[in-house]
Amino acid sequence: MSKVLSSRWTKAVLFVLSLVPLGYLVWRAFENHLTANPIEYITHFTGDWTIRFLLITLAVTPLRTLLNQPQLTRFRRMMGLFSYSYGALHFLIWSVLDKELDPHLMWEDILKRWYITVGMAGLLGMTPLAVTSTAGWVRRLGYKRWQKLHRIVYGCAALGVIHYWLLVKSDVRLPLLYGAILAILLAWRGIIAMRKGKPAPRRVPAAVGR
Amino acid sequence: MLIRRAPDLRYSDVTPKEIYVNRRRFLGGSMAALGAAALPFRASAMRLNAVKSNYNAGNEKLTSKDIITGYNNYYEFGTGKEDPSENAPKWHVPSPWTISIGGDVVKPKTLDLDAIMKLAPLEERIYRHRCVEAWSIVVPWIGFSLSTLLKQVEPTSKAKFVAFETYYDPKVMLSPRQAGIPFPYKEGLRLDEAMHPLTLLCFGLYGETLPNQNGAPVRLVIPWKYGFKSIKSINKITFVENQPFTDWAGYAPNEYGFYSNVNPKRDHPRWSQAQERRLGEGFLGRGIERPTLMFNGYGDQVASLYSGMDLIKYY
Repeated sequence: MSKVLSSRWTKAVLFVLSLVPLGYLVWRAFENHLTANPIEYITHFTGDWTIRFLLITLAVTPLRTLLNQPQLTRFRRMMGLFSYSYGALHFLIWSVLDKELDPHLMWEDILKRWYITVGMAGLLGMTPLAVTSTAGWVRRLGYKRWQKLHRIVYGCAALGVIHYWLLVKSDVRLPLLYGAILAILLAWRGIIAMRKGKPAPRRVPAAVGR
Repeated sequence: MLIRRAPDLRYSDVTPKEIYVNRRRFLGGSMAALGAAALPFRASAMRLNAVKSNYNAGNEKLTSKDIITGYNNYYEFGTGKEDPSENAPKWHVPSPWTISIGGDVVKPKTLDLDAIMKLAPLEERIYRHRCVEAWSIVVPWIGFSLSTLLKQVEPTSKAKFVAFETYYDPKVMLSPRQAGIPFPYKEGLRLDEAMHPLTLLCFGLYGETLPNQNGAPVRLVIPWKYGFKSIKSINKITFVENQPFTDWAGYAPNEYGFYSNVNPKRDHPRWSQAQERRLGEGFLGRGIERPTLMFNGYGDQVASLYSGMDLIKYY
């Protein structure tokens, strides 16, 4: 297993697999099958995959420990960046196709609609993490500080789930499922942190460093 | 090793679900295949002859039948927009279909749909249809004013509201837990709203009987209210003294009101109602945003029903 995990081909295959949802979307577009409300469909589709990739990212560390496969860490950054990419696409669809880049309409939505405020906060929170995802940035910040910064992702994931939960009309099954998975992933971290005799990481300063 | 007798086989063990759920249509299909006549598989869609109506929305372009029948909110058949068009056709609409009408009336009745459809000439009415989710379509419905039916039972002076109920069969429909709203689905109107000539008792669209996902075999269409007021697949009507429980207003009273008149000035707490997306129009059919009109553009006919009422408070 660890041999497969450490192969560079595995990473390439995972990269291609992560593009499958996007490919599916493009295929549906060519088949003219984006439902009667294409903007809504694409928005929901990309939003869904943002949360899914974020949950996959957060599952890497627990799985690494439980399966005793340290090699898994190699894929964490890629999963995180895919989550951010689908999220950026989600934002672009909303701003360009839905709001037609009208700053007034966008601002009004952000201020007035709670689910947009929350979603925007989550995506903004992920931006510094995407930027500092390179090895160079880990070095520049020092691992401890880098790790601290990247704990923002827990908050972003929670905001993502809340964002979804706020916007459904009444069928909360999917947001609840995502919320339950996230709760398990975070609880696992909490238990590990307590076992180490340290308090679970709580608030993380929004700005870290120089 | 313990050898146990196999339990009796059930239909579901040997027959794909689509077929046993639709066994009559399956039988019909087999018969048609045997016969020389090449009957269409969807034998349920029948032509309806209708006269032109005076109640038509100006020069609006009709939304395509594909969109009207492929993009639906019918939570009993799934909460995704495409779920109903996939799941509802598998439902075998009970026949004969009856509507029981009772409550504060002189002559409570249970009427057969065929008899109801003969009460008045069918009209084709082209209405704008505005969903609370800020999308809209233009539909050529077929039916006649609901008042024609309601007059049959002679409401008493006590009756102030009319409550409607959708047929519910838990075997083929979602549970209330899955959908998040109570079933059977309930809606209601004030008596004067129900008696208004624009309020349509609807049996078809685009020249045919209603597809299941659009509320077969009989539904309401109230063009100046958000779509969820236009209850589908009705099998019960009750005249009552007090404002009845209605599904969405009961589920989230701060988001959906009993009246739910289309009102661009009263936003849904989570989105704006000032604009709507007309489905199917524009480049690649991505939909065109247009301003939402008060009472969905039917103010001339219905505004007087609400004179003196604060429509921001009574949303």
